[in-house]
Amino acid sequence: MTNVENSKMTNKTTTGEEKWLLRLYVAGQTPRAITAFANLKKICEEYLDGSYQIEVIDLLVNPALAKDDQILALPTLVRKLPEPVKKIIGDLSNTERVLVGLDIRPII
Amino acid sequence: MAETNPNPQSVADGLLKTPTGIKGLDEITGGGLPQGRPTLVCGGTGCGKTLLAMEFLVRGAMQFDEPGVFMSFEEKSGELSKNFASLGFDLNELVGQNKLAIDYVHIEPSEIEETGEYDLEGLIIRLGYAIDTLGAKRVALDTIEALFSGLSNEATLRSELRRLFRFLKDKGVTAIVTGEQGERTFTRFGLEEYVADCVIFLNHTVSQQIATRRMRIVKYRGSAHGTNEYPFLIDRQGFSVMPISSLGLDHPASTERIPTGIPRLDVMLGGKGYYRGSSILVTGTAGAGKTSIAAHFVDAACRRGERCLYFAFEESQNQIIRNMNSIGFDLGQWVDQGLLQFHNSRATLYGLEMHLVAMHRAIDGFKPGIVVIDPISDLVAAATEDEVKSMLCRMIDYLKMQQITALCTELTSTGARLGWTEVGISSLMDAWLLLQIMETGGERNRGLYLLKSRGMAHSNQVREFILTDDGVQLRDVYIGPGGVLTGSARDAQEARDKAESLDGQQEIERKRREIERKKTAIEAQITVLHTQFEAEKDDLDRLIAKEKQRGETLALDNRAMAKGRQADELTGPQ
Repeated sequence: MTNVENSKMTNKTTTGEEKWLLRLYVAGQTPRAITAFANLKKICEEYLDGSYQIEVIDLLVNPALAKDDQILALPTLVRKLPEPVKKIIGDLSNTERVLVGLDIRPII
Repeated sequence: MAETNPNPQSVADGLLKTPTGIKGLDEITGGGLPQGRPTLVCGGTGCGKTLLAMEFLVRGAMQFDEPGVFMSFEEKSGELSKNFASLGFDLNELVGQNKLAIDYVHIEPSEIEETGEYDLEGLIIRLGYAIDTLGAKRVALDTIEALFSGLSNEATLRSELRRLFRFLKDKGVTAIVTGEQGERTFTRFGLEEYVADCVIFLNHTVSQQIATRRMRIVKYRGSAHGTNEYPFLIDRQGFSVMPISSLGLDHPASTERIPTGIPRLDVMLGGKGYYRGSSILVTGTAGAGKTSIAAHFVDAACRRGERCLYFAFEESQNQIIRNMNSIGFDLGQWVDQGLLQFHNSRATLYGLEMHLVAMHRAIDGFKPGIVVIDPISDLVAAATEDEVKSMLCRMIDYLKMQQITALCTELTSTGARLGWTEVGISSLMDAWLLLQIMETGGERNRGLYLLKSRGMAHSNQVREFILTDDGVQLRDVYIGPGGVLTGSARDAQEARDKAESLDGQQEIERKRREIERKKTAIEAQITVLHTQFEAEKDDLDRLIAKEKQRGETLALDNRAMAKGRQADELTGPQ
């Protein structure tokens, strides 16, 4: 987990700004959606150190939004900021892959 | 499937179909695609899957007022609009009218990270939203297999696809789902497993450098359907599946007759000409006058005010008009009046099916009463004999259904035996004129036979066929002890005959004069005899009178004498 530490270090330099804009698409309060949100929350708290914002979008309420972010699978986590946009699908149970997907863990 | 009725008959009765509006497809599916169910359209690259799906939606929106949702997994909506603009579909306009929605689903594996369990609810919500927004009745998914390359969890995908198709059914939309052809399966990822109601397979083969597209209904649950491979075509007006001959032999048969344009030929054909809606084959060797026969027919039809469509595979329009001018036809005037239309193309220009479609299009557009195909034998250059036969069979069936009289010419090679055609379609034809070059006495003359003419008494005679400045003329051939004579041999023979007959007439005249003379002589004799008889009769009368007078005088004298003698025994009246 040394790499993770590194990334944490780099992220720390931008603490205080909401650099991370994350959008979680779900469809209703399904167990999978709840799991995904819990996993996301945990990862963000652990690695993003408060400089993040999570939007949860329920497509059952706002189906029109699915098109804009090219949502297919649910749940989908979209990294709106920083650019480029990244997508992670699934319940985010594999933390390592989430970190790769969010580009939190730098590739050496 | 759970909702499938176990009794197939009642399914067939109750199966509702959604017309595609695509030419020919509704015919072979018996009315369209199964309503409210997904249909799988599969085939190789470039076989026309996307076009079929899109045309289904566009025609639905334009012709049947059924809005549609096109979910594209491959092409962006902008690209689709451009591609379809070239086929004459203005997608943007339909989108603007809320009759069509194009949703491009972008799947880029490198941009997607999978972490744990997921489902495709997002796709279903998206689709559901688009359907509900438009009130769509039709949906196309092109091609949903892209999901397999974008997402790695195949087990999830399969169960989610099943859910997607169930969702489509629940929505009651008629859907087309496209799939790329697999090596041994209809689709690479086995979509046919989910779409069990109707499967259409598109095929694109190249034979003899000419590409032909074909379509087959692999499966249509609960409905009768054509099972053959039907050629289809993609051109400027979209998709068209060829009408097929196997639809049945139930075309109407008219008893109306139309003149051939050659009075003598009409006489040979029972006095009235061809039947309307029949098909006529004119075969002959090069230069036998096939086109001239066609020109006669066309000219006569145009004179009656009928429309004629002339498909020429060998000559250009101007060439035909010029050549026919030389035998006294001004076909140009009919072109100018809009009664005659030429379609000139080389047979090898494109494949047979394309020819068929081009002809269909032309016929549909012009609505002629008469169609001339000159010559059908050229089509062999574009395909094999069997294909030509099948194509012509379909063509002729179509023309018969439309009650269009067709005159086809066919070039036969010199020396080919009688009753044999290059294309082998003589059995399809109702009337068959054979033009033959007869070579005798150092010259070639044309002969015309009527090999067959269904449904009418027709002449069994060979006629000599002469091209004059006023068109074709048919003459009896000379049949005498010297055999069949034509041309100058016939003229010579006729001159001899004429001389002989002149001699005969003179002889008769001479005999007549002689008899006249004899009559006069006999009459004179009769007069003489009569006169003699009268004279003799006069003599006799005179003698009789004289004798009588003499007797009277004698009696008087006797009485006078007796009175003189005082004879007392004299009694009696005084």
